[in-house]
Amino acid sequence: MLELRRKLLKGSSALLLSPLIGSGLLTPTALLAAEWNRNAFTARTINDALKAYAGTGATESRDIVISAPEIAENGAKVEIDISSNLPNTRTLAVFADKNPMPLCASLDFSGAALPYIRVQLKLAETTRIRAIAKTADGKTYIAFREVKVTLGGCGG
Amino acid sequence: MADQIKIRAQIQGEITDIRVLMQHPMETGQRKDERGQTLPMHFIQAFTVSLNGKPLIDGQLNTSISKNPLFAFKARGVKPGDKLAVAWTDNLGDKRQDEITIA
Repeated sequence: MLELRRKLLKGSSALLLSPLIGSGLLTPTALLAAEWNRNAFTARTINDALKAYAGTGATESRDIVISAPEIAENGAKVEIDISSNLPNTRTLAVFADKNPMPLCASLDFSGAALPYIRVQLKLAETTRIRAIAKTADGKTYIAFREVKVTLGGCGG
Repeated sequence: MADQIKIRAQIQGEITDIRVLMQHPMETGQRKDERGQTLPMHFIQAFTVSLNGKPLIDGQLNTSISKNPLFAFKARGVKPGDKLAVAWTDNLGDKRQDEITIA
């Protein structure tokens, strides 16, 4: 019931606000598209996170390229670089298996954007990094990479 | 008021490199202050990058993104004079939005 009420409220506010968006009265911040995927982001294990993200059963692919340092001295800032050569990649997500909450980021690409990101992660300990790509035809692909961490970046 | 988002774009032929620096503490909710009190979670949950008002990238983030997140993206066919905008919102409802005109 509550759920329904929430949907109705959301639906009506979107309808009410939509004429304002084009008029410039509302800034694009109001347009932040997808709602934060709470279940996937707050999952505490890699298996739960993959399940919530609908990333289980992904096909391993060499067309997703992850570059990351083999050894990171400081887990507070580990720069990784992910690009997908899979045609029509719509989404890339980054997981760190051993982090307290494994899903780090999920990005949707549209228009002129290429499926590429460079991001800096906090890594709790030595872990496997996974990148998951979703393509326009609904298929899911995955690639892996190990990063050794000498000083963890979560407790600080 | 949150600090300004730094946006840089460098056109290199067909492909343009976009760099975005969002100044934010990205507090994990696991750190403690000097009195042993846990610092509450405070992190950017969602951001968008748009070109001339059309979305390029919609991102959702967790606490595990480094403090003052720095991202790099690539886009095709960007021209001088195009407008590149970035907006974020965090888990406490703070937001920030900035725009540049590409040189």
